[in-house]
Amino acid sequence: MENYYLPLIGGLLIGTAVSLMLYLTGRVAGVSGIIYGAAANPKKGDTAWRWYFISGMFVGGLILMVLKPESFSGGLPTQDWTLIVAGLLVGFGTVLGSGCTSGHGVCGTSRLSIRSMLATLTFILAGVLAVFLFRKLGVFL
Amino acid sequence: MRNKISAFAVGVLFAIGLGISGMTRPEKVFGFLDVFGSWDASLIFVMLGAVIVHFIAFRFIARRKSPLFSLQWHLPTKKEITAPLIAGSFIFGVGWALAGYCPGPALVSLASFQIRPIIFFVSMILGMFLFRLLDRRFRIQR
Repeated sequence: MENYYLPLIGGLLIGTAVSLMLYLTGRVAGVSGIIYGAAANPKKGDTAWRWYFISGMFVGGLILMVLKPESFSGGLPTQDWTLIVAGLLVGFGTVLGSGCTSGHGVCGTSRLSIRSMLATLTFILAGVLAVFLFRKLGVFL
Repeated sequence: MRNKISAFAVGVLFAIGLGISGMTRPEKVFGFLDVFGSWDASLIFVMLGAVIVHFIAFRFIARRKSPLFSLQWHLPTKKEITAPLIAGSFIFGVGWALAGYCPGPALVSLASFQIRPIIFFVSMILGMFLFRLLDRRFRIQR
């Protein structure tokens, strides 16, 4: 049962966080877009709030390290090159697709945005397909 | 300043939610996507919990004329279903499966100072720069 209530509690917290973001700042808490606009494509006058959000997430990570270090397992047992390829795909794909799990999956889906629901369906199906194929190809050790 | 402090506080709460939910553990994500293997459906509850809260909260927030600490809303307005939307989401899904990290959990995991999330995160930023390069050249209509 613990298997299900922690994901649910975590999800409720995430929902509360993105709702507060919208209520207080009027913005979507989409992590890929926030990082893109802060680090890779900064626009004058539109970066400070992004860095505050990013710093907050990092500090949240530090709090987890103190209170619940088992939150971090360190990664899948794959060869190192797969991490680099995966990172490139996630960085490129999320910006090309205008969002990731937070922006499309949580924020957009909750607003009943058709674009976000289609994007979410697409990345989950692609992920399921990819796990199936990668396993056949022996990518995972 | 108040909206910056808000963004910071939201970031902290968001990160703790991700940690508690299991999203910062790539093997959980892998298990969730492993539908044809030993499927671990528990992460469905992360999305369920988050969407239920935000779906309800959004109805109330949308009635306001403006957010508390900003003069106007900054919500996406695009409606068209475009090829980049679908192609990008597909590419993201493949990368997500390969490492078990999406952008939020990868950022939070930097705080663990483990090498694998750091390699992933740096590569992710490079992938974003790659997009920007292509965008400068081809003006991609997302």
